[in-house]
Amino acid sequence: MAKKKDRAIEIRGLVTAFGPHTIHDGLDLSVERGEVLAIVGGSGTGKSVLLRQMLGLLRPKAGEIELLGRSLAGLDKRALADLRTRLGVLFQDGALFSSLTVTQNIQAPLKERLKLPGHLLDELAGLKLALVGLPADAGPKYPSELSGGMRKRAGLARALALDPELLFLDEPTAGLDPIGAADFDQLIRSLQRSLDLTVVMITHDLDSLMTSADRIAAIIDKKMVTGTVDRLRRADHPWLRSYFAGPRGRAALQAHDTIALEPINASPITDRAETA
Amino acid sequence: MSAWLKVTRQDDVRLIFAGGDWRLSAVADLERQLKGLTGEFVEGAARPFRAARLVLENLGALDTAGGWLLLRTKQQLERHDVRVEMIEVQPRHAALLARLEQAHAEPPVPAPKPHPIHRVVEHLGSVTVHALSETYQLLAFLGALVITFVIGLVRWRRLRPVSIVHHVEQVGLNAVPIVALLSFLIGVVLAYQGSTQLVRFGAEIFTIDLLGVSVVRELGVLLTAIIVAGRSGSAFTAQIGTMQVNEEVDAMRIMGLDPLEVLVMPRLLALMIALPLLSFIAIAMAIAGGSLVIIFALDIPTVLFLRQLRSALDIQILVTGLVKAPVFAFLIAMVGCYEGLRVAGSADSVGRQTTKAVVVSIFLVIVVDAVFSVVFAAIGV
Repeated sequence: MAKKKDRAIEIRGLVTAFGPHTIHDGLDLSVERGEVLAIVGGSGTGKSVLLRQMLGLLRPKAGEIELLGRSLAGLDKRALADLRTRLGVLFQDGALFSSLTVTQNIQAPLKERLKLPGHLLDELAGLKLALVGLPADAGPKYPSELSGGMRKRAGLARALALDPELLFLDEPTAGLDPIGAADFDQLIRSLQRSLDLTVVMITHDLDSLMTSADRIAAIIDKKMVTGTVDRLRRADHPWLRSYFAGPRGRAALQAHDTIALEPINASPITDRAETA
Repeated sequence: MSAWLKVTRQDDVRLIFAGGDWRLSAVADLERQLKGLTGEFVEGAARPFRAARLVLENLGALDTAGGWLLLRTKQQLERHDVRVEMIEVQPRHAALLARLEQAHAEPPVPAPKPHPIHRVVEHLGSVTVHALSETYQLLAFLGALVITFVIGLVRWRRLRPVSIVHHVEQVGLNAVPIVALLSFLIGVVLAYQGSTQLVRFGAEIFTIDLLGVSVVRELGVLLTAIIVAGRSGSAFTAQIGTMQVNEEVDAMRIMGLDPLEVLVMPRLLALMIALPLLSFIAIAMAIAGGSLVIIFALDIPTVLFLRQLRSALDIQILVTGLVKAPVFAFLIAMVGCYEGLRVAGSADSVGRQTTKAVVVSIFLVIVVDAVFSVVFAAIGV
């Protein structure tokens, strides 16, 4: 797109504290438009808290968060709501409204923001379903009738309903089987390229880190360390070293290196949901 | 840049120029304009044009909704045997259009919309079948409870006395303030309403009989049962239902613990102990509330009040009132636990089952109360 190359997210000097516990202490992060950034960190380092702060659900104690060029601190309720329509979020287990069908879930943000005739709503919901690789007959089903993997896809379809510029994913592959997880990684990558999305994801999944992320941001000692996989694996920090050098890290890196040697071609993407 | 659309003719070829930002917000408008294009095809008439070209040279931003609209137009025209080409596609749009085309291969399945009459008939049928199977399952649950209870009688430790005491506190002791307050107020209301009618016949002294008999025989127990159904029956459903959602009940079964024994029995027995006691408190408080009105508003001396109350009541009336309490408790606890165990899947289901538990248990309490009245009348109590 012929937009000026501004930053999607800019965080400066973020401080978060719950009572006497400081979670983030002067954390900086910037995310360029069109990149996929993965946030990693041990349990309790405040990844989810950071996500909630970026979404404006939690206010930081100090520091500034800028989303799509607008500072969150100065926004009133209305402006925040407008800004949020440019964001899509996939919560951990989809967070689909359990009393609505999948189609109604996808239509919920559309109905709220736009006045569209009924047949268009139906067709657009169908399109989003197809985009995330769900069969069309998943539309009239309720979330409780879907498998975990399909719920994630449905959640992604709802997150994409308003064609957001910025997509947040909270542990997108948690709870999926390895094949389903790999499919989901591919799906996110292909959507990111074709829809020109900026993606910020929290993940524990080393494989999805290697395949999907352009850069990695690790929360270490209450601050952020960012870089590519190749840079961070050579970084001299005990947590990063045990992260990448542990048995799981080594296996994922090995796979990553073998793939990197082969030419990257636009292989046809298999993103059809497993029929549960 | 707002989205625009222009159609020009060139022999039997249409040129469709698309420009501006084709975004979700513009889609409704654009779709209406595009309808004119396909509207030219009339059944039986000659084809108005043979080929069309979508010129995308001036297109600004394009999102999935806009891209989908372009592809849909193409497909609709192709269905009318028109050759459609997209020309001057900008490289930045190509990836999105390709991705959408791939996704669009499968037409969306419209949700089935049955005929309204069919829907009513189908609904009636499914509700009937549902009600019958529900009754059947509730009876089966009753049977399982009785078996568990009999086993428990033989081995009393299995009835979990500690858990029962805990639940007696929850459903009994903690409910005392609300039950006492509400019964007190009902006593006041009853005495006022009764006396205003009876005073017309000069029989205001019989307000005491009215108050005593109606509260002791009927209202004390019934009122308490309804309060408890709303307060504790619903809590049973919510507690067990949440455990069901978390798969805690399944975990229990795997460990060889019977949910009926661990979850249901203690609640059932606790409520059967607590409800008669609560009913007694309710009766006492209602009479206290009524006595205030009678003594202070009707100016009947306390001694006279007490003498009249004693002549109106005897122990048999109290027994016929309180004997119903354990039965009501049994119904409330059974329905509450049963609906809790029937929770499946989601948080939404917890809410639905809780509502149902309250409605069904109050319904059953009133039905059984009516049965008691008929039976008592028949045996002349």
